[in-house]
Amino acid sequence: MLAYILRSLMQGIIVMLAVAFIAFSMFRFVGDPVVNMLGQEATLQDRAELTERLGLNDPVPLQFARFVADAAQGDFGISYRQGRKVSSLILERLPATVELAVLSAIFAFVTGIALGVYAAIRRDGWIANLVMALSLIGVSLPTFLIGIGLIYIFAVELRWLPSFGRGDTVALGWWTTGLLTTSGLKSLVMPVLTLGFLQLTLIMRLVRSEMLEVMRADFIRFARARGIPERRIEFRHALRNTLIPVITIAGVQLGGVVAFAIVTETVFQWPGLGALFVNAVQFVDVPVMSAYLLFVAFVFVLTSLIVDLVYIGLDPRLRTGNPAMAK
Amino acid sequence: MTVKEAVPVLSVRDLTVEFVTRRATLRALDRVSFDVARGEVLGVVGESGAGKSVTGSAIIGLIDPPGRIAGGEVLLSGARIDDLPQEAMRKVRGKRIGMIFQDPLTSLNPLYRISEQLIETIRVHTDLDAAQARARAIALLDEVGIPAPERRIDSYPHEFSGGMRQRVVIALALCAEPEFIIADEPTTALDVSVQAQIIALIKRLCKERGTSVMLVTHDMGVIAETADRVAVMYAGRIAEIGPVREVVKQPLHPYAKGLMGAIPSLEGEAKRLVQIPGTMPRLSAIPPGCAFNPRCSQAFSRCHVERPELIAVGDRKVACHLYDESNAEIAA
Repeated sequence: MLAYILRSLMQGIIVMLAVAFIAFSMFRFVGDPVVNMLGQEATLQDRAELTERLGLNDPVPLQFARFVADAAQGDFGISYRQGRKVSSLILERLPATVELAVLSAIFAFVTGIALGVYAAIRRDGWIANLVMALSLIGVSLPTFLIGIGLIYIFAVELRWLPSFGRGDTVALGWWTTGLLTTSGLKSLVMPVLTLGFLQLTLIMRLVRSEMLEVMRADFIRFARARGIPERRIEFRHALRNTLIPVITIAGVQLGGVVAFAIVTETVFQWPGLGALFVNAVQFVDVPVMSAYLLFVAFVFVLTSLIVDLVYIGLDPRLRTGNPAMAK
Repeated sequence: MTVKEAVPVLSVRDLTVEFVTRRATLRALDRVSFDVARGEVLGVVGESGAGKSVTGSAIIGLIDPPGRIAGGEVLLSGARIDDLPQEAMRKVRGKRIGMIFQDPLTSLNPLYRISEQLIETIRVHTDLDAAQARARAIALLDEVGIPAPERRIDSYPHEFSGGMRQRVVIALALCAEPEFIIADEPTTALDVSVQAQIIALIKRLCKERGTSVMLVTHDMGVIAETADRVAVMYAGRIAEIGPVREVVKQPLHPYAKGLMGAIPSLEGEAKRLVQIPGTMPRLSAIPPGCAFNPRCSQAFSRCHVERPELIAVGDRKVACHLYDESNAEIAA
């Protein structure tokens, strides 16, 4: 089991290094940092000095090593546009995105699994069929359209919910949260629904098909032949077996929630990392872009690591190697 | 029927199972009737698709849609069970009828310990508390021959070999002391070296408990050694049923003759094995009259038009016009 975790960790580190290399390359290929920082008016001498100071004369591998070492310590350099440390920009925006993404993921998981299980158990019921039909809409509608549709209904027509922003936030240390104020919670509703909807429908359809598959397995038949009550078969024997493949895919989806947050944050003018990134792209703010890239990669690596650990918890076949062989 | 003492544990009357598909309604079982006496082992043999497993599933009420029981009845100790409501039927399963499946590797839920699956089954069917159920589970594992059961009980299925898993499956089927066990090819998926042990185990446990068994198998050797009576099935019908000794030694039905002739013998000189020409008809194309008539060397005109019913011949019953008194002159 330790070997399994270490292997997952190693894979994560390799992925992070690969992404770091791409993020590092951006500095060299997207504009010239020296020109970007000094502007058009700088003298040749200024440029030479800054180039030297930034270490741009060093061999590329050395620069990359320095970049990785700095990034590992949370130092991503200084934003070209805002002149502030990228790390503090990110920390400032992080809570908004994390709250949005985590709530969306919970929403998508809980509702998706519940609806998927329902659709599998009541396979032929009309509600199940209706849910399945609606889920097709979720799969096919682009995220921004759902967001705009929600804004039109709930903000423009009904005036129940605010159409943009985070509402009032409360600061807990450096973390700002919108969960403790009414306006903050109200502001969360539509972005969470928008961001979670696609994942919800995917998870739901996946749970349904996996569960139908598991319900055909021999051990389910045997459980029935033993007279185990149907509810117990569904929720104890089938559900846990269903969740193993679902969690793999859903884990990757969770990383996707953070990535897709860009669109949702733009639609709702949500002051999170996605919006920060979109602004950075418009102004070719390379340090912010590369830091965002690393952040998204980190989220993906972290979720897949968590998925691996949850796996071990769910599937005894992965635990302790093989005790029958280990005496 | 020679079984006159008391009511048979299981009595199947004209059981018909149909699978409704878009193209046609397929008859997997066509008016199958037989009894199993208390403590008796009934072997059921036949080619793949003859309806052996469907019979087992129909008895225990677990035919998957689109299949359904289209007619006939199943009586357990004299009371009808095929028309019970779902919940009542669930209480019969495991409690009064146990079932052992073919593949022990897939019969157990891979995510739960053996102890959890045993205790769950025991507690569903009895009033025992968790500790009592656990003690019972350990005793059962001991009985089916799992070494060090108090330690092994908390293992997961993947930590057992195939043969050991089948022993666990047997323990699960016996949990609530059912009066009837359906063993659906219990040794097919096992190593040859383990097969005999498992069959001997099933036989011993059922004998000790007075449990009746319906043993579905391809293996005539197993039937000859284990069963008291044997039913030969063909195309969803019973061709011949009777005491195992007679049916194996001197089969009456032409199909049964062919089946027995296809078994290699260890004694005597090596003879060429008899082969039945042709293949079993598909369910969608069962010929009128006797289902075996296209492959039968002794078929005559009546076989092509009229389905033979089971006729008593001594202790046996045979579904063949050759043994009908009114055809005596043709059969001779």
